[in-house]
Amino acid sequence: MRCFAVADTNQKRQESLSNNCGIYTKIERKPMRKLALNDEILLKIEKPARYIGNEVNSVMKDPEKVDIRFAMCFPDVYEIGMSHLGIQILYDMFNQREDVWCERVYSPWVDLDQIMRERKIPLFALESQDPVKQFDFLGITIQYEMCYTNILQVLELSQIPLFASERGETDPIVIGGGPCVYNPEPLADFFDLFYIGEGETVYGELLDAYKENRRHGGSRKDYLEKAAEIEGIYVPSFYDVTYREDGTIASFLPNNPHAKEKIRKQLVMDMTDTYYPEAPVVPFIKVTQDRVVLEIQRGCIRGCRFCQAGMIYRPTRERKLEILKKYAYQMLKNTGHEEISLSSLSSSDYSSLKELVIFLIEEFKGKGINISLPSLRIDAFSLDVMEKVQDVRKSSLTFAPEAGSQRMRNVINKGLTEEDILNGAGQAFEGGWNKVKLYFMLGLPTETEEDMKEIAVLSDKVARRYYEIPKEKRNGKCQITASSSFFIPKPFTPFQWAPMFTNEEYIARAAVVKHAFREQLNQKSLKYNWHDAEVTVLEGVFARGDRRTGAVLLEAYRLGCLYDSWTDFFDYGKWLKAFENEGISMEFYNLRNRSFDEILPWDFIDTGVTKQFLIKEWERALRAEVTPNCRQQCSGCGVLKWKGGVCIEGKN
Amino acid sequence: MKARIKFRKYGVLKFIGHLDVMRFFQKAMRRADIPIAFTGGYSPHMIMSFAQPLGVGITSDGEYLDIELTERISSERAVRQLNAVMVEGIDIISFVEIPDDKKSGGMTITAAADYRVFLLESAESLDVRLPVPETWRENITTFLGKTEVKVWKKTKKSGKEVDILPMVYEMRADEDSIYLLLAAGSEQNLKPELVMEAFLTDIEEQGSPLCYHRLDLRARRADGALVPLSDMGKEIKGGDAL
Repeated sequence: MRCFAVADTNQKRQESLSNNCGIYTKIERKPMRKLALNDEILLKIEKPARYIGNEVNSVMKDPEKVDIRFAMCFPDVYEIGMSHLGIQILYDMFNQREDVWCERVYSPWVDLDQIMRERKIPLFALESQDPVKQFDFLGITIQYEMCYTNILQVLELSQIPLFASERGETDPIVIGGGPCVYNPEPLADFFDLFYIGEGETVYGELLDAYKENRRHGGSRKDYLEKAAEIEGIYVPSFYDVTYREDGTIASFLPNNPHAKEKIRKQLVMDMTDTYYPEAPVVPFIKVTQDRVVLEIQRGCIRGCRFCQAGMIYRPTRERKLEILKKYAYQMLKNTGHEEISLSSLSSSDYSSLKELVIFLIEEFKGKGINISLPSLRIDAFSLDVMEKVQDVRKSSLTFAPEAGSQRMRNVINKGLTEEDILNGAGQAFEGGWNKVKLYFMLGLPTETEEDMKEIAVLSDKVARRYYEIPKEKRNGKCQITASSSFFIPKPFTPFQWAPMFTNEEYIARAAVVKHAFREQLNQKSLKYNWHDAEVTVLEGVFARGDRRTGAVLLEAYRLGCLYDSWTDFFDYGKWLKAFENEGISMEFYNLRNRSFDEILPWDFIDTGVTKQFLIKEWERALRAEVTPNCRQQCSGCGVLKWKGGVCIEGKN
Repeated sequence: MKARIKFRKYGVLKFIGHLDVMRFFQKAMRRADIPIAFTGGYSPHMIMSFAQPLGVGITSDGEYLDIELTERISSERAVRQLNAVMVEGIDIISFVEIPDDKKSGGMTITAAADYRVFLLESAESLDVRLPVPETWRENITTFLGKTEVKVWKKTKKSGKEVDILPMVYEMRADEDSIYLLLAAGSEQNLKPELVMEAFLTDIEEQGSPLCYHRLDLRARRADGALVPLSDMGKEIKGGDAL
């Protein structure tokens, strides 16, 4: 454990340990932390390690010596939450400050959830084991819509009033952040404020304002007013929304003089000099991301029209190769992890990828460190690299054509041709691979039955390419696994106006594809899976929902919905009941055609990418016109005004 | 060369199971720069083996793992470097060289384990303990004097009834705890829970909650004495290459 606080030396218990061969070592032991849960509970529940803290590199401080206690929450189970890079970055950044102690909180699993409710045990932070309700802040990162009920669980178990309007002077300030806050409106009632954008920029200001306000004896409301003046901070209670008869928004206006009309998303322009955790926390139990994660860049130059990340993280900004090398060393040394992986939206577009990958292989491969490469564009270089880092016979290659027909791929601006896919697969097959995964989307705007069937046709073409290799040279049969998810329009993308379909229609479309697979020559080498349609329509509602949908969330939670992103727990029936009970129609949010002049719930956020650009892209999509990527040609999305990243590459 | 590491496990680490302790040590070896050897192949593994798994909820003063080294490192330095990267709840006690042959591995030579069993006021805390009832001293003598104590022992497939008494090398009531010295290892292995269960059934005592603390793992020396596993190795003196 890293320990920044100065421990009271009197309390330190000195103990010498001896062994039988005359080596003495002195171990200083601090008084043990008292856990929030008793031994009986911890020995009864699944994976008690989720709740005890004490991991390598977790940060302990003396609560008496800090001004601000910050609880950072990922509203899902520990193994998922601990795998999230964003929290690791903020945890490290906050704890660099002497006056702040940032601790972690995750959703208790259902077994403990029940015990905590029965015995009224308040939710606690892992490090100090103190109740979250005693903290100054509870920050919640919101990564996907299906964790919204878990947010309510965290608040309720913490014994913090669910509604921001009901919180008092002693309750923590509840902050939301992460990609879902690009439309925070379904959660507006439950949060005191939202931080829109990348966390590195104004958190310092936000914390300083808190101390300042407390020094002057200011109230909760005084603080929220100060916070509202900070760029990127949105205080939902300072805005009034009115609706037209047809249900669309009539007005969205500040009701407090401190609140800004537009909230500008925050982003780090200088990626060289920004925080990165050199000693991330190392969990005892195996978590989803049990490895060092090296974030090589933010943003993506590609401009796929369905992709929210590709729009909201503009412009693309790269980290410097030399600094990444240094981080790789440091993080592997400080964690002891046996694997390192690269993180970005499109690693192949990182300018120094070749150098970086070669460096990692040469430096670490011989030391028993696995190098895990994210989906790279398949070419001679990436195949050569993959051969070095993984067992070809066991591994599979992944392509994400996203759509089956070229027309559809042009609509979504996925700059990948059939030729690219077949050539890539061909090279891989000749290199010994025989397993390929293909990712597709169904329910895209303008999609026809022909487009759907093309998914099967393309998959079959990949298989045919395999069987072109002479029998004696190939490695048995090939396995082509195609998966499709249903497209969900997201705010701040060119598709934000697009209607979705009903649950039944999605299933019907998947059935069309399924049948088409049966007609293919190589059907025995092909497999097709599709994503759940029920979750899709719900995600759709909350991705583009307004404030009124918050009532459905609360009702669904009351009806027992929790851990909705876990198939075992997802209960569509309860969700339908919640919509019915609240008199809110899913169709209004999912099936309607939105017009360009409609006030969208998220219009108050300025992501830098202009609405005119999104409209232009939507129109090009309908004409199946491809827009060049940022390195080929600037398409004038609007972020050039910040003069950073890819926008000024080669212009310095 | 091979080395044996002895460590203690206490406090919150009692909630970390055996497999996770193994993972913890794999990462700790890298953090501490211990020159540990790997197997070959696409996914190389550290050459590391634990003498005897410890159940969740049990603390210990004598846990062991054997590792293979690629180069010499002194006992003093290895212990220091390892302790610098531990967490509250695991302390490294010693690091000694052991013979290279398979027969000397911790798993092979473990012959016995000793424990302290504490009576708890309630299952809510393993730290609030009750004194051992005075009558138990006599009860234990009676228990050990029986011709046999048959207990249903789970095996991999189903289970079988075995007489556990030959595997109880020592059992006595002290003031604050019960001391147990039991057969352990690959040939014969007896869990302390089974002994206590049988004993409590015998004296018709409704199980007051108990907790277990392992004191050490022991090997049989040529002279017949049961000595800690760490005694079967020797200190690696300084002078390792930097």
